[in-house]
Amino acid sequence: MKEKALLSPGEFVAPVISWLNTNAHGLFKAISTGVEAVLGLTEAALLAVPGPILAPVIVLLILWRQGVSMALLAAGCMAVAGLSGLWVETMQTVALVTISVLVAVVIAFPLGFLAAKRSGLESALRPILDLMQTVPPWVYLIPAVMIFSLGKVPALLATVIYGVPPMLRLTTLAFKQVPKELRELGAASGATGWQTLTRIEIPSARKTLLIGLNQCILLSLAMVVLAGLVGAGGLGAEVTRGLTRMEMGLGLRSGLSIVAVAIFMDRLSRRALG
Amino acid sequence: MTRTDTAAADAPLIECRSVWKVFGDRSRDAIAAIKSKGLGKREVLSEFGCVVGVHDASFTVDKGEIFCIMGLSGSGKSTLIRLLNRLIDPSLGEVLVKGRMINDMPAPELRELRAHTIGMVFQNVALIPTRTVLENAAFGLEVQGIAPAERRRIATDALTRVGLADWLHRYPRELSGGMQQRVGLARAIAADPEIILMDEPFSALDPLIRRQLQDEFRQLTKQLGKSAVFITHDLDEAIRIGDRIAIMKDGAMVQTGTAEEIVMNPADQYVADFVAGISRIHLVKAGSVMMPIGDFNVAAVGALPTTGLDADIDALIHMVLASPQQAVAVVEGGNVRGIVTARTLLEGLKGDHAPPAKVA
Repeated sequence: MKEKALLSPGEFVAPVISWLNTNAHGLFKAISTGVEAVLGLTEAALLAVPGPILAPVIVLLILWRQGVSMALLAAGCMAVAGLSGLWVETMQTVALVTISVLVAVVIAFPLGFLAAKRSGLESALRPILDLMQTVPPWVYLIPAVMIFSLGKVPALLATVIYGVPPMLRLTTLAFKQVPKELRELGAASGATGWQTLTRIEIPSARKTLLIGLNQCILLSLAMVVLAGLVGAGGLGAEVTRGLTRMEMGLGLRSGLSIVAVAIFMDRLSRRALG
Repeated sequence: MTRTDTAAADAPLIECRSVWKVFGDRSRDAIAAIKSKGLGKREVLSEFGCVVGVHDASFTVDKGEIFCIMGLSGSGKSTLIRLLNRLIDPSLGEVLVKGRMINDMPAPELRELRAHTIGMVFQNVALIPTRTVLENAAFGLEVQGIAPAERRRIATDALTRVGLADWLHRYPRELSGGMQQRVGLARAIAADPEIILMDEPFSALDPLIRRQLQDEFRQLTKQLGKSAVFITHDLDEAIRIGDRIAIMKDGAMVQTGTAEEIVMNPADQYVADFVAGISRIHLVKAGSVMMPIGDFNVAAVGALPTTGLDADIDALIHMVLASPQQAVAVVEGGNVRGIVTARTLLEGLKGDHAPPAKVA
């Protein structure tokens, strides 16, 4: 028999979770419905036009805005996903990543900015971020599933938890790196706080902010794939299926499609915003 | 736009009245203790945990004047200059700009003042890396809400004045340090302020470029009729640029005066050590080195070549060498005030000469 654990936070957390489940079920149900609706809409939008038509349009758009090399890259990435017969799953994954990243940025950017201005907040956030980044994602999938049951909502929650720390940390770093004299320049030129923020601080912090966004996207993608375990659907579900059935072909195809999405999102996020 | 020149038009542009800045939570107590017990910088830090930035500074800057504040690092000069546009709030004392107290000025008026009356140039230039030279120079105008075409025109003019007309659409990283600082200067003058605060603007530049910029800055300021407060840790720079110089030590102003006054009559040993290495050849004037006529053969005075009180040693050397009697008469308003000989010149160069001859 296994040794009895002396430290067992689960003993306290589990009752809290089940209490929440019984007493706040309505709230979680509402959140669940809302999130699923937004995800559903995003997916529907991405799938409204069939892949063979959508892909060339995207490639042309990128060719127009970003040039030949980015267009070729995009064409290659989308060809991998489409020719693997996983277009729909790929779009599901893209939808989940997009929404996760949006939520993560909405949480991380303002908090990261405030942490750069207030060292107290920064030191309070640091252990929480450490925890979020080092606890294996499977572990917080458990309470997420307990509350929201299997599906896309716990996947999104877990993904956001995973995506917030890099964005938040790099946002703080980005604003701290803005030279003091540049901030003084705003005030000394008679600019308002808002003008200083939008015209000096954010442009000067942009490079580091973009690295944060880029990291947020890639880590979210990694998590979304992992969340295939809890029924998030998309490419993650295919990877899980390939694994459980020992299907080398399916595993490889979905794996390559994930790589294609990753490269596409990474390069595009760097270029489009850089 | 209406400028409220309610306070007397002839009020100094900037006036500081017993201004203190002590950093720390207990700054009030610390100031009281400094005043009553005369605590030094170190005791204030250990007893109150406060850092003295500016220690009871009073001075005025007049219209058209370049006022240099010279001090070593940690002397409080960077803090002091930031009190003048209230980037830092004083702990005690009053700062007046054009006769108006800025201590408790409401934020919109303060922004107005910073936008139109006081410009600033920074040590590390502070150019926005994502903007072109032109966009950087136009920043102040942009913040004021001036239309794009108009601000581009004004900024182009300002950049042309500092010799950067060919660089408008380059990015700061493409420019050398000296050129970047010219952009900083152009940005300041583009807003057409009456006063420019210069926070060690040339310190990071190599000596040749620094010298060139010093001369250009002085010329430009005078030509545009601006006033400036110029911070430096280099006494040579202060002498080259400043109409008047204030020397700071541990947050306090030890001496204020013209370069000649400070070099000829240092207020204490600290200042004396500073000025010891300064070349006096262009600094010290006939009025300071001449000796009384009484010591000279009176009959010969009439035959001497004459010069004014403002001739510097360099000029006097040439005149004395050319004079058959090896002496020059210093004349003011038709009367001979004193005589300069090779001996008085040597004494003037050396420094610790007898007090300047008093006008008889």
